[in-house]
Amino acid sequence: MASGNNSSTAVTSISLTRPSLPLRGRSFRALVLAPETPLGDWFSHLDALVQRSPTLFSERAVILDVSGLAKDSLRGDAAGPEAAEPAEDDTNAAAATPDIAGLVDELKQRGIRIMGVEKAEPAWLGPALPPLLSGGRPAEMAEPEAKTPPETQPPEPVKPPEPRKPNSLVLETPLRSGQSVYHPEGDVTVMGSVASGAEILAGGSIHVYGALRGRAIAGAGGNPRARICCRKFEPELIGIDGLFRTADTTDPKLRKKAVQVWLEGETLRMAALD
Amino acid sequence: MAKIIVVTSGKGGVGKTTTTAALGAALAQAGQNVCVVDFDVGLRNLDLIMGAERRVVYDLINVVQGDAKLPQALIRDKRLDTLSLLPASQTRDKDALTDEGVARVIGELREKFDWVICDSPAGIERGATLAMRHADIAVVVTNPEVSSVRDSDRIIGLLDSKTERAKNGERLEKHLILTRYDPGRAERGEMLKIDDVLEILSIPLLAVIPESEEVLKASNLGSPVTLNAPQSAPARAYTDAVRRLKGETVEMIVPSEKRSILGKLFPRRAA
Repeated sequence: MASGNNSSTAVTSISLTRPSLPLRGRSFRALVLAPETPLGDWFSHLDALVQRSPTLFSERAVILDVSGLAKDSLRGDAAGPEAAEPAEDDTNAAAATPDIAGLVDELKQRGIRIMGVEKAEPAWLGPALPPLLSGGRPAEMAEPEAKTPPETQPPEPVKPPEPRKPNSLVLETPLRSGQSVYHPEGDVTVMGSVASGAEILAGGSIHVYGALRGRAIAGAGGNPRARICCRKFEPELIGIDGLFRTADTTDPKLRKKAVQVWLEGETLRMAALD
Repeated sequence: MAKIIVVTSGKGGVGKTTTTAALGAALAQAGQNVCVVDFDVGLRNLDLIMGAERRVVYDLINVVQGDAKLPQALIRDKRLDTLSLLPASQTRDKDALTDEGVARVIGELREKFDWVICDSPAGIERGATLAMRHADIAVVVTNPEVSSVRDSDRIIGLLDSKTERAKNGERLEKHLILTRYDPGRAERGEMLKIDDVLEILSIPLLAVIPESEEVLKASNLGSPVTLNAPQSAPARAYTDAVRRLKGETVEMIVPSEKRSILGKLFPRRAA
């Protein structure tokens, strides 16, 4: 494969540069503050809470749920996670607009920075305010312990990270078209082939001891050291750590060969193994 | 107790119904008690290929829903008295098939026959998964063409996950019948070669049915090709397939190109 027709230097691997800016998705856990009227009472509860556990809001993403503030939609707040019903009476709509800017300022004075607002009407938020969020799902959050005396308690001991257990997945059967394997941590080894229309997503490396004809995405979730190795290279798509290539943009000279794919900086490189 | 065979492919138009009729007739010719079942509710074809379209009174849906008894719906073939057909309904759709109803009908058929061959509809939806659910043996019909092969691969994945046997951890026999094979075109690279298909699908080969005008001729006459032209190349390939299904070891005859003298003098260049 080293004989490049159009290149003057003999190369052992094909280097391809990043085609476009990669976009990645992440989801995070956030604390949700849901102020209720009257705000004075709510702030005193909040102050008491901060008094008990001063580190509760530090270095945490905090979302403001304002469904409890719209005067006409107090029921929506009681109903739980579903979106608050918008104020239906147009004449009251302006009066019902809560002072979100003032609220965000009040919270900022307490050292709580708001990164997003949930369950607000788009009209309530100006450009200076945090963005409107939607699609949030409830998640568990550790409750601050009430009995904690603020001064004497040393900061929580940081647990040493558990040693990572080897977590490899070995598939004895070929992966058929339409089948999908998602293995977020560790390597995936396929003893057979990966058919066209099948896909593997692995947090670690991917090894295919047959033909790779489908999609293989290694290092999913951010592992630039992951690799893809296969006995017969005919993939539809390959990717490592967010960098992708379709079959069209891989070197045709590597087709049907034993190939490895790895990441070098911002470049996806691939070379024949023999 | 009958063995249940599902004839399936994923892709439409590759020869499932032709294969169902040909295998059914060949098994019946070998003295076996056979029922062919059309699962393609809404687009029934097997009755036409079997030449029984004028004799349909009740159908699979009627039996599944309990409106008719199984013996009322079964149509005995006029040429082979060990061959029966359970037709599909043309006016209903696949939603009319219930899981329990299908299980009950298959159970009754299992008691009555030696072989039950289910003609699956194309696709991977409810009709196809219900047709394969109770199968002991799957016959995957594929044309030597990339989209058909990929769809068959998808179906093999479903056979390994959606059938009762797969769910119970039992082995489901899977066999490949390659239809419409033309050795000359395969040699010229216009068609996938047998080895290419086998390499992708990696299931055992049951038969290679050569492309032949006999198949279409038989279909239009309403007669399975194994009955209509038993000495034709496709009929012999189907008959060999049936012997293999019955456990005999039969040498695989792969169609080869008949070359003219000119062709021998000037061999075609392989692509």
